[in-house]
Amino acid sequence: MRNCTWCHGSAAQGFSTAPRLAGQKPHYIVEQLLAFKDHSRDNPISKQYMWGATARLGPELASEFAAYFAALPAEPANDGNSALVEAGRALYEQGFADSNVAACLVCHGPSAQGFEAIPRLGGLSYSYLKSRLEQWSQGYHAAAFPMPQVATSLSPDEIDALASYLSFLR
Amino acid sequence: MTGLRLPLLGGLALAALLFSTIARAEGLNAEPRKAEAPKVEAPKPEAAKAEAPKPDAPPRAEFEAKFTYCKTCHGVAGQGFRGAYPMPRLAGQQPEYLQNQLEAFIERRRVNPVMFNVAHVLRPGMLTALAEGFRDLNPKPLGGEPRELIPAGKKIFEEGVPAANVPPCASCHGADAKGAGAMPRLAGQLYDYTTRKLTNWSKERGQDPAKPDSSQIMEPITHGLTPQQVSEVAAYLGSLE
Repeated sequence: MRNCTWCHGSAAQGFSTAPRLAGQKPHYIVEQLLAFKDHSRDNPISKQYMWGATARLGPELASEFAAYFAALPAEPANDGNSALVEAGRALYEQGFADSNVAACLVCHGPSAQGFEAIPRLGGLSYSYLKSRLEQWSQGYHAAAFPMPQVATSLSPDEIDALASYLSFLR
Repeated sequence: MTGLRLPLLGGLALAALLFSTIARAEGLNAEPRKAEAPKVEAPKPEAAKAEAPKPDAPPRAEFEAKFTYCKTCHGVAGQGFRGAYPMPRLAGQQPEYLQNQLEAFIERRRVNPVMFNVAHVLRPGMLTALAEGFRDLNPKPLGGEPRELIPAGKKIFEEGVPAANVPPCASCHGADAKGAGAMPRLAGQLYDYTTRKLTNWSKERGQDPAKPDSSQIMEPITHGLTPQQVSEVAAYLGSLE
């Protein structure tokens, strides 16, 4: 646990490239821990830090971590561009069918609260959200259907708007 | 279609009549895809395939991009997907039903803001091509239904609930629940999706009083089923391949 808080913060609110874990869906946390362990989540920072951190992690301990972090109160990062919030909200709720952008809301929920293994996005940091969305188009974490496809349909401006909107959500 | 050879209840015959009237009112028969209503009585998939290619069929690459887009939410093989909302299975679905629903979303006869956004940008040729695209997909059901409810659901599907004037589902949707023409396939549909649709039928479907559609057929049936019976029949359908 002390190892987790070193990067994710003592209240698990996230820090720099390490995402907030507080209030995250426990099912999602377990799946991601196991994805680090089996190397299917292969983003550069994941590889550098999380592969080692999970190398000897069993499913039981993963569930215990997940339950602990899921129960912590979450604070929004509020670090996006507030001028892009409305554009981000429109994209999140409606998608953009002309260019085959799916509405995020159908899976992540109307307030980005997540659902089972689908993560809560509301209040995660702008930089984390942005890099995740960018990295799917670069081929990382290809097993996370349907996100590689969804993220590839997004323009850089759309990624900016979505990451901004989500960073302010409680 | 063995399902339609089952003894028909009086109410069901009326529903069939109502449906063909609606089909005519919707102008379905005025399209080159003629004889839609008779297809309900004697569906022949090969007859549909024999139709001439649509003059406004979209370019292949454009179709593939849009079809992939559909499968982002409806599952990589159209088997359905569970997000914050259950996204229905479209695999093996009757093209005529899908076409009708896409048009209903566009005209807001069927209320669904997400699907309105998705559907209203589709040109008619693309809409038809997508509706036909799912017909030949045949993945296993997604599963996740409460299996203990399946036997009771099977009974409702095959026998209806005579005391509540609920006809056997099989009489329109087919003994194998694969649908025909405008009657949707139900086999393999997500349990939670079917439950929600049957529960909210009158709030989501047939929302334009000036333009009644085939959703009228199901309306009294959905009201005749108790919540428990809805769950049972939805569980059975979810388990069907």
